[in-house]
Amino acid sequence: MTALAVLRAGPLTTVQDLGRPGLAALGVSGSGALDRGALRLGNRLVGNDEGAAALEITVGGFSGVVDRDVWIAGTGAWGPVTLGNRAIDPNHPVFAAAGTPIEIGVATFGLRYYLAVSGGVAVPSVLGSRSRDILSGIGPPPLLDGDTVPIGSPRTGAIPALDVAPWSPPDPETVTVPLHAGPRESWFTPASLDLLFSEPWTLGSASNRVGARLEGPVLERSAAGEGELPSEGMVAGALQVPPSGQPTVLLADHPTTGGYPVIGAVASAALDVFAQLRPGQRVRFRHARPL
Amino acid sequence: MTTLRAVGDRAVIVDCADLEAVLALHAALAASPPDGVIDLVPAARTVLVTFDPSILAGDRVAGWIRSTPPVRPGALGDAGDALVLDVEYSGEDLGEVASLLSLTEREVVDLHTASVWRVAFVGFAPGFGYLVTDSTRLAVPRRSSPRTSVPAGAVGLAGEYTGVYPRSSPGGWQLIGRTDAPLWNADASPPALLTPGRVVCFREAS
Repeated sequence: MTALAVLRAGPLTTVQDLGRPGLAALGVSGSGALDRGALRLGNRLVGNDEGAAALEITVGGFSGVVDRDVWIAGTGAWGPVTLGNRAIDPNHPVFAAAGTPIEIGVATFGLRYYLAVSGGVAVPSVLGSRSRDILSGIGPPPLLDGDTVPIGSPRTGAIPALDVAPWSPPDPETVTVPLHAGPRESWFTPASLDLLFSEPWTLGSASNRVGARLEGPVLERSAAGEGELPSEGMVAGALQVPPSGQPTVLLADHPTTGGYPVIGAVASAALDVFAQLRPGQRVRFRHARPL
Repeated sequence: MTTLRAVGDRAVIVDCADLEAVLALHAALAASPPDGVIDLVPAARTVLVTFDPSILAGDRVAGWIRSTPPVRPGALGDAGDALVLDVEYSGEDLGEVASLLSLTEREVVDLHTASVWRVAFVGFAPGFGYLVTDSTRLAVPRRSSPRTSVPAGAVGLAGEYTGVYPRSSPGGWQLIGRTDAPLWNADASPPALLTPGRVVCFREAS
């Protein structure tokens, strides 16, 4: 069987596909690639089904080598990526001959690379997905130096001819994201709801696949929100506000239930942005078009 | 009386009057989900419904929820088809629970085994069911400081609920016993032994 040998895994490299939706009632979150658009693009570039598993490489510092000729594509974050001695561009299908090392350096735009390989990463699936859920520990463990992961058989026929996909790098400036009203908006003061949209928020360094922690003005509870909220079902994109008043955007590996009130919910089409925000980078919210 | 609130463009949360209303609404919705519904997540006072808006529009979801009459679950008195879990009642907090409730340890065990429980919802961790019964006689607060590690199979009490830790994790429930029942098996379908609506009895292991 074809395999990808991981020489250096970097700070966090996991296998991700489009996750395991539909199990939240059993306490299992959707998980899957944080930047789903980048995963799907990578797979299309190398002729895979969009939902094939790829490597989600956080920050960079990764190197690996395959033992059979494959097509690869790096999507998501932009940074120095080389195949053998040759620099390769993002969002670009590249032929990788067996034995040629792939090196992915520290990202200069965005935070999470996706390395798609023709045939897809073929580790055994758990509950219908090959994704690692870092909160529940379901799915293949994060990769370590020296691991090998199996690569599936590519689809027969040529991959789609495409030189480069016209995608911009992840935005390094302040990003503006549409936010829907949340179910527990009334738990917050009107002034806090104004601040939510008027002030910029900074991505905190404790952010991960579970949630993007935002730092900014304190969001205060209204008189109506002084009680304790019984735990309720949560979704990716929910902006949960703990007693500190500093909100967290729940991401793919979020707990299925939570007891902090949700002040807003990121429009699902914009959620991929949070995969590529870098700690210290700013984000602003604007009102999403009403549903 | 139920209130629906959107949670972004792919989910609706339904506020219910009490846990009984949650169970009734969840049972009814689970019996008739239209294509495009992804998850039904019951919780203490809510049912969350997530959906794929490319298959099912949000207003159709709301219409379905509003037009589905709740189904009151059967009385818990009938334990005929209950799942039975064998428990060794040797939990570290059994004495503390007994004193909190002004009962003897024996009486706590007898109340726990004599009650018929129902899984109201699952949360906190994969396969961690929150079980309720008709009486609140065993209601106790959580421990003031959670344990950093609770072993798999530990049976606990917190608030009006009883539950079993499916695997080792941090936890703040008062531990009264342990069971060998396989609560979580990723290769099984469903992977969780305790699923919402399931009726459960506890039996003292000899």
